[in-house]
Amino acid sequence: MSARSRSSVPSSGQRRLRADGAVSRRTFLKGSGVLVVAFSLAGPARLGAPAAARAQEAGAAQSLDSWLAIAADGSVTLFTGKVDLGTGVETALAQIAAEELNVPFGSMRVVQGDTAVSPDQGRTVGSLSISQGGLQVRKAAAEARQALLRLASDRLGVPADALAVRDGVVSVAGDPSRTVSYGALVGGRRFELEMTGTAEPKRPADYTIVGQPIPRLDIPAKMTGSFEYVQNVRLPGMLHGRVVRPTPQSGATLVGVDQDSVRDLPGVVQVVVKGNLVGVVAEREEQAIEAAKQLRVTWSDPTGLPDQADLFDIVRRTPSEDKTLAASGDVAAALGGAAKLVRATYEFPFQSHAMMGPSCGVADVRADRATVWSGTQHPHGLAKDLATWLDLPEDAVRVIYTEGSGCYGRYTTDDAALDAALLSQAVGRPVRVQWMRHDEHGWDHYNTPMLFDLQAGLDADGKVVAYDWQSWSARHTGQALLGDQTGNWVIPLDPVFVGDDTPKFYDFANTRYVLHAQDRALLRYGNNRSLGAMLSAFAAESFMDELAAAAGADPVEFRLRHLSDQRAIDALRAAVDRAGWDTRPSPRRDASRTGVVAGRGLALGEYGANPQLGHTWIATVAEVEVNQDSGEVQVKRMVVAHDCGLIVNPDGVRNQVEGNTLQSLSRTLFEEVAFDRSGVTSVDWRTYPILTFEDVPEVEVILIDRPDVGAAGAGESATIPTAAAIANAIFDATGVRLRRVPFTVSRVRAALQQRG
Amino acid sequence: MSALNLSVNGRSYTVDVEPDTPLLYVLRNDLELNGPKFGCGLNQCGACTVIMNGRSVRSCVTPVSRAVGAEVTTLEGLGTVDNPHPIQQAFIDEQAAQCGYCINGMIMTAKAFLDANPNADDAAIRRALSRNLCRCATHLRILRAVSRYAEEQRA
Repeated sequence: MSARSRSSVPSSGQRRLRADGAVSRRTFLKGSGVLVVAFSLAGPARLGAPAAARAQEAGAAQSLDSWLAIAADGSVTLFTGKVDLGTGVETALAQIAAEELNVPFGSMRVVQGDTAVSPDQGRTVGSLSISQGGLQVRKAAAEARQALLRLASDRLGVPADALAVRDGVVSVAGDPSRTVSYGALVGGRRFELEMTGTAEPKRPADYTIVGQPIPRLDIPAKMTGSFEYVQNVRLPGMLHGRVVRPTPQSGATLVGVDQDSVRDLPGVVQVVVKGNLVGVVAEREEQAIEAAKQLRVTWSDPTGLPDQADLFDIVRRTPSEDKTLAASGDVAAALGGAAKLVRATYEFPFQSHAMMGPSCGVADVRADRATVWSGTQHPHGLAKDLATWLDLPEDAVRVIYTEGSGCYGRYTTDDAALDAALLSQAVGRPVRVQWMRHDEHGWDHYNTPMLFDLQAGLDADGKVVAYDWQSWSARHTGQALLGDQTGNWVIPLDPVFVGDDTPKFYDFANTRYVLHAQDRALLRYGNNRSLGAMLSAFAAESFMDELAAAAGADPVEFRLRHLSDQRAIDALRAAVDRAGWDTRPSPRRDASRTGVVAGRGLALGEYGANPQLGHTWIATVAEVEVNQDSGEVQVKRMVVAHDCGLIVNPDGVRNQVEGNTLQSLSRTLFEEVAFDRSGVTSVDWRTYPILTFEDVPEVEVILIDRPDVGAAGAGESATIPTAAAIANAIFDATGVRLRRVPFTVSRVRAALQQRG
Repeated sequence: MSALNLSVNGRSYTVDVEPDTPLLYVLRNDLELNGPKFGCGLNQCGACTVIMNGRSVRSCVTPVSRAVGAEVTTLEGLGTVDNPHPIQQAFIDEQAAQCGYCINGMIMTAKAFLDANPNADDAAIRRALSRNLCRCATHLRILRAVSRYAEEQRA
């Protein structure tokens, strides 16, 4: 469909060529006629506080960091450092540019994330790629179109407003014989445009490419084994490395390495020791794996994790800085005067990203420079960190983004890239490091666990008159590269941004939202999909259901009593209408206490707090069957209404909504990082089970398109309501309220037994 | 090390490796076939699946010596971007991927299963794929793609 290019190059010949020479924007485009618009993907838009913090976290530069180039052959290249991560963003950004320029989609190509080619745009985090980046691409393309129309106006001798563009060809309105193509207008000349902000983007009503389910650019190669994953990068003379670490997250430090233990193994090139980092480098991959297995390493005794059963007691006791996120009225007085009080505590554990492909990096470190291939979400940030670790100047480290496995936040730190770089530096040859499965599960930076104490008062009419929210959480972002660290997982508190994503969208009269913000957690933690939004929504929307039950109200009707945002209301109604919602209070009264019973539950989620870029609203209905004898929960059907404003690519959004819904279903029912006093014990797919084909329900997605609202994020939003929707459905079926994720068979059975 | 003769995707190769080397590393590193992926090395996820003599096997736990004398097919052996196999085309038509890392295993497992069980229904397809993991959770698209291919084959 289109010439597709990645900065991770397809042939080894090209790869060598590129690895040897730094490529700048100027040299990349040199020697050909071209019209270039430079712009910032981060954009100059003023951001609301949480989004501003998020953008700051993303390292968003205000400088001109991206560009769009129209060449003399009519091809259009979009250079961005915003990386795709398997979510289809590349295709969507190309659609936006093609739309504004009025060029065929097939003439677009996208180059992503090479620190030498595309400048710093911050990390791909928080689903900002389309909401923020798309807006800037749109403006830049409009700017280019305006300039091209000006050139055409001179060439054709008619005013610009008498011109029309179709498929990259400008024609005089009413005289189709007088035309000139974009390519011919560029010719052999070179135009460098600055953003003037005067170009008027198209009206959404005129869109013909944006809004279409254009097939993704990357999929054919992925289906045929020809896609360039970082795992496939091979360099001349490349060796294979593996790193040997102690029992995951045990806090043990290095005592000694018996180099003789692998001396006789075939292919071993070197044992590398740097601080607590121990690595083996071998000629062949299986030799490196074997050497890592055989190498005798002595570690100190584990510093001792507590019992996993004590996790949330420890979260509660961890020193915190108490932040009042929002407050209104007089909560204490309103609670005192309420007709009914409801209190509940919710817990959400550590969970792993559990990438299918373990972390993998390839590094070629020489005396004075380094080239690293990485699936990182932030090529420039990684280059900077690597420069520090390797003791090289920042501009001597080139990071070439090469897509890895789907990562969901895992690649905010690419630990394997650092491992590869350190081993390559030690042996003086290119080294590829792929983590083993136990490394990936054991040394992941998990999401921060969260604890919630919620309390509310209802009046005699069943309205919430007091709402008191307290949560405990460490930051959901910002873990440093692993390197030779072995424990003590501390991330300094950010004055603005913790990433708890506390929902505050209901109209409650007297409120107090307090976050007990912490700077440490028991295990390594950082960005995981939706940050704290899924965790906070589990508490908030489960509690909303408990309040509805206390008021004897239908869960939908009860929410509508407290909602005024029209988009939220529309999403809620769309989901329940499609689901055929059975209007009545929960739990259902006619259900048997034995055997299999069915129930339905609902939850509402809000994603993104930037008023300029819009919110995404998600309403999810879950229908479940609970086997009350075994404790097994089967989710039979999920109905998800999703409103992310303007939809760039409906099939892309649908794919994301389905994927987020099912991945979060997996997190809800099955997933919890397990540890004992010796370290993390969930180190493979048996000890950390995830959803299988036999667990997958039907998922019905309703996309609400709002072309007038502006595109908001869809890359993680549908993760948010799932856990609460399922908890509420289980409550509806059985009357049992599950307040701790995951809802494993044994946990559900125990709760049912307690019910009696 | 010993010289072993392999037949992969209809071509003959001689590789000089230890006979107990997992087939996966020989396919990827010696033959530069990138379809099969390392996911776990433990026979738990299916990302490394190849077809050997018509049956799907996990190449991460299959010694290369077992492939001697067998016909091995990898994802590349089915088709290309320009000329995809019908099952690959079905996955493209259904846009059945996000990151795509698991897809090799899905396609190879489903193809071997449907070749042997052309009349399998959706429940049987789910069972056949139940030991293949997908983390982006594109399961429903994968099922649609496999069903589409199965129907086309039956037509």
